[in-house]
Amino acid sequence: MTAAPELSPAVAGPSVAAATPAAPTVVVSDLRKTYGTVEAVRGLSFTVAPGECFGLLGPNGAGKTTTIEILEGLLAPTGGEVVVLGRRWGRDDQAIRERMGVCLQQTVLSEKLHVDETVELFRSFYRRGRAPEAVIRQVELTEKARARVGTLSGGQKQRLAVACALVGDPDLLFLDEPTTGLDPQSRRQVWDIVNEFKADGRTVLLTTHYMDEAERLCDRVAIVDHGRIIAEGPPRELMTSLGGDHMVEIAVAAPDVAAPARAMEGLPGVRAVNLAAGRIVLTVTEPHLAVPAALERLRAGGWALSDLSTRHASLEDVFVALTGRHLRDE
Amino acid sequence: MSETDGREKTRLDGFRALCLARFREFYRESEVVFWSFAFPIMLSVGLGIAFRNRPAETLPVAVMAGPRGAQAADVLARTPLLKATVMGEDEAMRALALGRVALVVAGPRADGTVEYRLDPSRSDAAVARARADDALQRAAGRRDPVPSAVAEVREPGGRYIDFLIPGIIGMNIMSGGLWGVGFNLVDMRIKRLLKRLVAAPMRRPDFLAAHLAMRLVFMVIEVSFVLGFGHIAFGVPVRGGLPAIFAVGALGALCFGGLGLLVGSRARRMETVTGLMNVVRMPMFVLSGIFFSADRFPQVLQPLIRVLPLTALNDAMRAVVLEGARLAALPGPLAVLALWTVASFAAGLKLFKWS
Repeated sequence: MTAAPELSPAVAGPSVAAATPAAPTVVVSDLRKTYGTVEAVRGLSFTVAPGECFGLLGPNGAGKTTTIEILEGLLAPTGGEVVVLGRRWGRDDQAIRERMGVCLQQTVLSEKLHVDETVELFRSFYRRGRAPEAVIRQVELTEKARARVGTLSGGQKQRLAVACALVGDPDLLFLDEPTTGLDPQSRRQVWDIVNEFKADGRTVLLTTHYMDEAERLCDRVAIVDHGRIIAEGPPRELMTSLGGDHMVEIAVAAPDVAAPARAMEGLPGVRAVNLAAGRIVLTVTEPHLAVPAALERLRAGGWALSDLSTRHASLEDVFVALTGRHLRDE
Repeated sequence: MSETDGREKTRLDGFRALCLARFREFYRESEVVFWSFAFPIMLSVGLGIAFRNRPAETLPVAVMAGPRGAQAADVLARTPLLKATVMGEDEAMRALALGRVALVVAGPRADGTVEYRLDPSRSDAAVARARADDALQRAAGRRDPVPSAVAEVREPGGRYIDFLIPGIIGMNIMSGGLWGVGFNLVDMRIKRLLKRLVAAPMRRPDFLAAHLAMRLVFMVIEVSFVLGFGHIAFGVPVRGGLPAIFAVGALGALCFGGLGLLVGSRARRMETVTGLMNVVRMPMFVLSGIFFSADRFPQVLQPLIRVLPLTALNDAMRAVVLEGARLAALPGPLAVLALWTVASFAAGLKLFKWS
């Protein structure tokens, strides 16, 4: 499912001032990164189109941060090619940096500076950019503009980090685990900011190990595991690739769940039967048919139902179906 | 939504913003302010009081009890700056061994010889012997062939506090460079702030240049403060011109800024950088003449001590402040500082890691 690298002539030359509308914003082909004997990234290829929000989704240690830091020009790849905004690292570094915004995983900004001073500092590095007050307003930190960074909450610090990434008015925004460790409200605030940025027709590349984040923000995701892409596409498509877009989880008060699980196979609307953490997980196209049929089977077999839940299929289910592991097992 | 602000920023804007950020971080860090300003003052006051110049000290001497001892004791009891006590031989020798007396006077024996028993490694022994001998010889009728007189001169410049203040300034410049540049860079590296900065189109040389520029600014403030305090509170003379003083300070600040850059060039742990800083600091703390003259160390160590940057800085600062020396008169120390500056920057920039 991995997209073939497309190196158009427009992005191959260093003299091209900007990518033409059709040219991809990011092109990664056969990217590799080795630390000593550890292969962190083993041949990743993907492209990100202008205006697209692309997500690298995977568990911790999958190679997501290594990949995004290579794209940000912070790490040198061991092999493979990277083209960002029509340019290459090592030749046009300053030109790429002028047009990208970066939010690293866990940056601690200077605690002694005020919020507005921090954003102004970052603004000063870009030739052209946005007014610091406007960016601070956008991330809803206006009331905290004169507060020291050290006094901010985790969510406020993260919004400040996003503000520092936005103040250079970038065409491409990199976000590495933008909401890890944040409370639900702060996560939604960060999502709103990213969606506003997208609405402007600009490009986002983010990493996450939250499937809800990927589903909510990304037009396309690549699921990364052990340094490789194991699936790629729009979240909706990946989820329907499971064969059904509903999941029914059944818990049975019985020592052996294998027998009731077998009994579920072939029921109307059931595409797949899996066992996960002692529960029976059905992939279902039509829950209104599958659920009554499943309950009927349980009654017939004399198995007592202890819990039943239905939900939409998620990228987590895609990951489980592909790897047999949960995203956050590690 | 995301309109540009229409302001074109230049490289100079970036440099200025980096300097300003560094300056704010400095004065908002209360610990830094304490170590840069309060601590040197406390140290100067404490040591200045402990080692203030005192009038010549009265020295205790023992006169051994004996048939003729009484007469010697009588003479010594009337001698200024000596406190004579008559003791038995055992008691007198024990007092000498324990350091309670500086000198034991035995005799005169039957042939008239007076014997002085003393520990030659004690500096007060020779003074006590000279005073006692002088008194006994005069009492016995000695006449001095050369008449002599004493004129008292009390000029500031030779006191301990005068020696100390330039040393404290040197120590401060050393700490400022190592902490302000070295420790700070490692702190920023650990917090991934260095990485975040280089992901922006920040000019990397300007970042380091801003650190050094601010070191120079802080140096001027710190030197003015400590020297001003010494001058006003203790009357420490400032004989050299301020341009020469600040020129020496600037070279010192650049030199230790370079050493700070070197020790902080790639460490990723606080323990590593504090360890490296101690390796740099401790030998100079002891050897380089902050609190006492480096001349006190044995001759074999002198070539080593003279090439240490803090020795050079202290020597140059003392010469300018206390003697009013001109920079041209200090080629040795200034060359040592310049060499360390160039070498530490070359090595530090080569080793430097942003992440």
